[in-house]
Amino acid sequence: MRPALAAVAGALLVLTACGTGTGAGDGGVTLTITANAISGGKNAETADWTERWVIPRFEAAQKARGRQVHVLFQPSAADDEQYKTKIALDLKSHAGADVIDLDGIWIGEFAQAGYIKPLSSVAGAEVGSWEGWSQIPPAVQGLGIFDGQKYGLPQGTDGRVLFYNKDLFRKAGLPAEWQPRSWQEIIDAGAALKRSGVPAPIQLDAGTAMGEATTMQGVLPLLAGAGAEIYAGGKWTGASQALKDVLGFYRQIYTSGLGDPRLQQEAQGRDKSFAEFARGEIGILAESDYFWRAVVEPKAGVAPMPNRNAVVGYALIPAERPGSGIRGQDVVSMSGGGVRVLNPNSPNPKLAWELLAFMHSAEATTAQLAGAARVTSRKDVNDRVLGVDPMLKFVSDKVLPITAYRPPLAVYPQVSAALQEATADIVSGRTVDEAAAGYQRKLQAIVGPSHVTTS
Amino acid sequence: MNTDAAGLGRGRAAGFVLPAMVLIGVFLVFPALWTIYLGLTDYRLTGLAAANPRVVGADNYTAALGDERFHRSLWLTVQYVLGSAVLGQAVLGFTIAWMLRDRPGPVKRITEALVLLAWILPSSVVAFLWIALLDRDEGTLNALLHTPGFAWLLDYPMPSIIVFNVWRGTAFSMMLYGAALENVPPSQLETARLAGASTLQQLRDVVFPAIKGHVLTNLLLISLWTFNDFTTFQITAGGPEGRSEILPVYIYNVALRDGQLGFGAAISSVVLLINLVFAFAYLRLLRGRREAVTS
Repeated sequence: MRPALAAVAGALLVLTACGTGTGAGDGGVTLTITANAISGGKNAETADWTERWVIPRFEAAQKARGRQVHVLFQPSAADDEQYKTKIALDLKSHAGADVIDLDGIWIGEFAQAGYIKPLSSVAGAEVGSWEGWSQIPPAVQGLGIFDGQKYGLPQGTDGRVLFYNKDLFRKAGLPAEWQPRSWQEIIDAGAALKRSGVPAPIQLDAGTAMGEATTMQGVLPLLAGAGAEIYAGGKWTGASQALKDVLGFYRQIYTSGLGDPRLQQEAQGRDKSFAEFARGEIGILAESDYFWRAVVEPKAGVAPMPNRNAVVGYALIPAERPGSGIRGQDVVSMSGGGVRVLNPNSPNPKLAWELLAFMHSAEATTAQLAGAARVTSRKDVNDRVLGVDPMLKFVSDKVLPITAYRPPLAVYPQVSAALQEATADIVSGRTVDEAAAGYQRKLQAIVGPSHVTTS
Repeated sequence: MNTDAAGLGRGRAAGFVLPAMVLIGVFLVFPALWTIYLGLTDYRLTGLAAANPRVVGADNYTAALGDERFHRSLWLTVQYVLGSAVLGQAVLGFTIAWMLRDRPGPVKRITEALVLLAWILPSSVVAFLWIALLDRDEGTLNALLHTPGFAWLLDYPMPSIIVFNVWRGTAFSMMLYGAALENVPPSQLETARLAGASTLQQLRDVVFPAIKGHVLTNLLLISLWTFNDFTTFQITAGGPEGRSEILPVYIYNVALRDGQLGFGAAISSVVLLINLVFAFAYLRLLRGRREAVTS
């Protein structure tokens, strides 16, 4: 009986797959949006905005033009890597939602695989004449560009900072307005916090379980602070002195009790680190402004802090020593951002583009903010909302001018994984030289020895 | 002797078998061959190699066989199968079945129901329960033992998932042995007891000879299932740093998380081969027994 059951199940799957994009019984058209967001959970604000603002308004606007359109939201609440796998498999099998939320850094590998196509080749000439382009700064547009082609609309950008708990700082005799000048000052603050009774005061994402967060929140800002970019002049940074300095800083934190190495190894370690910060068990945590607006956000955050505005401070990430950062900077950061793309297999590409453009209109972007902090992709919106939230202003004024972006190359995620493994080696007790040598070996295998530099 | 007992004739018999053969071909043979082919390419989930995979010959196979991570994963899988299936489920399942064999109704029914429950609950629910049990910060086990902060899943990942799988899968062995024990003639047990045989002697000389076939079937089935079991992914995801990365989890991590579909397919083929060896050994033993019975 088993194969027969399998055949029935297979047939059902095919039928349901065909179901997306066709009518809902009243001759209307159905569109689907997907994002790694779910109401009441991960990125709840995005999910709520999509379900309560975008969908009813878009449906009403279409109805006013005499079109029966249904929009569905497919929520998800997985780790970013698992979400990426799911979307890749969807697109590979010519299925999936019509409008898809992606991390900008995945655009290259998805485009090379043929999973996504330039917006104008999916939806036609309307794309070029969209009013929004003139509002999005070129650097931010770059998040959705690969090989000179626009694949997606950027949702905004972000910046990495050091968040710290002012209550814990006060108890440790540290200043309420803190701005470290060097890595050593971070260590010093951590040591002071530890003396005042915080068991593992510093959280610097490490290891493979944290995925891209390790690279983006930890390795890359530190590397920029040591004066190196991961990719420059056609070469990838191997086991150079800058990289060894970064690994050395990790080792200093995770072998001296200033950080909790176990947390970096746990399957849910990043979520736990958020909860620990919210409970006042972590004093310093490196994150993007996402942490402020979606994690410790007093109402909708995943680890809400009712007194966030009074307790949570933020400082720029210092270079290793003053002036040792890239471009001779004293402080550094890294930026990225999400984009929304069209599914090239959408049966209704024109309508899907209308939906996508609607989601990125000034009105929709403003509605998504709902008073919360976020650097949007649109200048017109930023100009209006800037200053509502001091954190937003801080990122926009202080972080974006000094930030850096990841190389938009398809091979980047593999390099990133090698960097994560190097920090995992440090966390599990290996020496800097061992971890650096392992990284060098993997990097050479990924990009070829001639594309690796150690100077 | 007439071999056509049903009187169908060759053509009609083939007609009856054909649908099953087509389904097996489509859902088993073709995917297996496809996996072997993919294993010969540099196919990836994303990037250029996803659009235009190149044939790289036996590179993936040689890389896998020389890969430390693969060796470790294979060794962990052997520990997992021996620990949780052969020693755990089979021994515990038999013990429970033996102890319950002539218990009165309620005791037997309640015990069986509890053991069965562990088996029939959806794996995602079960995984969540075990995470709640073993969690470092707020786990039930640490609360019971007064060992706050003890990281079971980080310090003892393999023992944790082995105990988990024993708990999870014992029901099958229990039921199979329960049914088998009913086939042991009570008169023989009675005779052995009257002759003064101890429990161990009864088991060795009366029970095991009678249920040998069931033991064999059970061991092979649960070994195969455990060898291919993916449930533990939901508890440890192969971590920390690969210390509980048994082969199915290793394949998932390599093929889907890291996107190396070609390399993952090569390892899958190796696993397929190991499964075939298992199945072949099973068929040989079964045939040997049948011949022994008929001769």
